[in-house]
Amino acid sequence: MAELLQILVSGLSAGAIYALAAVGFTLLWQASQTINFAQGEFVMLPAFFVLAGMTIFGLPLWAAILTALVLSLVVLGAMFKKLIVEPMLPHGTLPLVIATIALGILMKESVKEFYSAQGQPFPPLFPQHVINFFGASISIQDICNLVVAFAAIISLQLFLGRTRTGRAMQATAQDPRVAEILGVDVKKMVMYTFLINGALAAIASILISPVYLAKFSNGETLGMIAFIAAIVGGFNQIKGALLGGLLIGVIDNLAAVYVSAEYRTAIPLILLIVIIMVRPQGILGTPEGRTV
Amino acid sequence: MLKSLLTGTALAAGLGFAAQAETVHIANIAELSGAGAAAGSVWADGVHLAIDEINESGGILGMKVDMREYDSQTDPLQSRALVQKAIDEGAFALLGTVYSSSTVVNMLVAQQNGIPQFTGSEAPSITEKGNPYIFRTTFGAQKGMPKIGAYLKDTLGVTKIAIAWANTEYGKGGHDAFSAVAEEMGLDIVADVASEQGQADFSADVLKIKNSGAEAVFVYLTEEESARFLIEAEKQGLDVPKVGDTVLTSQKVIDLAGGAAEGALGHVGLSADAPVPLLQEMDAKFTERFGYRPDHNAIKGYIGAYSIKYGAEIVGEIDSQKLTDAMHGLCLDAEEYPGVLMDICWDENGEVARESFMVEVKNDAQEITTILPPN
Repeated sequence: MAELLQILVSGLSAGAIYALAAVGFTLLWQASQTINFAQGEFVMLPAFFVLAGMTIFGLPLWAAILTALVLSLVVLGAMFKKLIVEPMLPHGTLPLVIATIALGILMKESVKEFYSAQGQPFPPLFPQHVINFFGASISIQDICNLVVAFAAIISLQLFLGRTRTGRAMQATAQDPRVAEILGVDVKKMVMYTFLINGALAAIASILISPVYLAKFSNGETLGMIAFIAAIVGGFNQIKGALLGGLLIGVIDNLAAVYVSAEYRTAIPLILLIVIIMVRPQGILGTPEGRTV
Repeated sequence: MLKSLLTGTALAAGLGFAAQAETVHIANIAELSGAGAAAGSVWADGVHLAIDEINESGGILGMKVDMREYDSQTDPLQSRALVQKAIDEGAFALLGTVYSSSTVVNMLVAQQNGIPQFTGSEAPSITEKGNPYIFRTTFGAQKGMPKIGAYLKDTLGVTKIAIAWANTEYGKGGHDAFSAVAEEMGLDIVADVASEQGQADFSADVLKIKNSGAEAVFVYLTEEESARFLIEAEKQGLDVPKVGDTVLTSQKVIDLAGGAAEGALGHVGLSADAPVPLLQEMDAKFTERFGYRPDHNAIKGYIGAYSIKYGAEIVGEIDSQKLTDAMHGLCLDAEEYPGVLMDICWDENGEVARESFMVEVKNDAQEITTILPPN
């Protein structure tokens, strides 16, 4: 029982971080029909913003994190939309998909070039203590990661559901033409979505890097897991992406402990195949799509 | 006009030949990117330091070394192609690769071409295949395992052991060698956890070990994975001794894992913290030039480059086959050949015999606890 509890907490902690990236996938899809195959690299890059802030500019950790957050909004949000999505989108989804794949490669190789191919230590954000809970050793870091990731997603849900801007963003996602007729500034709402994705990627990056280390290739795995999580949960629902992320985090840990550590990476893929065959819209997705 | 053109061409060709004849071409094939970059790029820096020193002090047999570097991207097939490319481009001797999974594949190409290869790989299988052209720069994992087994049993007094190992050629070699020693010594392996190359999440691995009842864990992973394992072990409060061979307590892992490496124990073949003046001198030069301390891979790269120089000078000419023949059974005394840093011998299989150390990580550095004799 104690072992299961530990697996659950550890899996939920990792899964919540995957969910942040997965939510970004669904947001961009909803707002602009963009499938961002550079999403993994979006999660990889902010950690290097933090490291550069600390090592090159001598900033303390908190200031480096704030700077990284701002840079992520600018680079991964606004610049991504202006320089990649807007010019490519009129040509259709496929050219945009290819453009995001190319962007991912560019980001990865740039980090490798400027910051070396080696993994870099990343300072821990939370105390490295363990608490005993019903016989299970629960890491404070896992709990904090879980809390921060959930806080981010709940805040996003509240923003989308309880604020005027959030509702305008939902209206834009549901039908941009009607939203425009109703006086919504559609371009601005789409831009907000990209900024939110940049912020979510930054939070995921900063939470995961103390354990995974900061490395140029981190996005390969993270992007794939987030993409699978978004499909499993439902590509057109934030709550679906959240569920998908948590599910994959927990299943991955359960599989590694009770099935086989060697085949753990295959389990999410098996889940993906099963979901596509049984419920193609995802666990919480809707067949018609287009709601945030 | 034609005559002068021909004369000019002949002169240019002659000058080119003369320039070529004054250099010795050595190739370094290393993991400069990919999962093995932490090992390969450090190895490469060790090689650079040695080659520059060699060139500054007159080269090899009076000829400058032309060192060409190739990035295997930690891909065995890529490394194989690059070894062939390096040989086609005229390499007289090869350095690298570091990852055993690559070396077992690419050393066959060097063998087919009759080119000696000085590797940083430690998998036992490397020198067990009867390839006369392969030479280690440190001893294989099988040599360290009896020392680690004895340390676990006699010094730490444990009987139940967990193994966390990399599912690669390097990891399998170490795992099999350690398992055999554990069985021989009556150590009970209660958890046997394999992980993939480049694995980022070790939470399940650590949990499995933690709940196995193991009194100590033997960690046989590569640099970044070792660091991630130690970080996760600290996160989950795995408070049994973490013991490794060479990598676990290397400076690279200490730097990556930070405080999580504190207290890790290990057997190491080469350490910048060893009480050996030549090693300390190399440590100082390396740190000054590259801005970080050398780990075992950097020292191996350094020794590899100097081994080629000394071997060629003992032979007295640049001849790949003669160098290969001379290296078998060769012993180099560090007083006479300071570039090898410590007395070293190669046997008929290219395996190395040299002193080694037991270390503990204290205050973000290796602290030598025992000096062990060559075996």
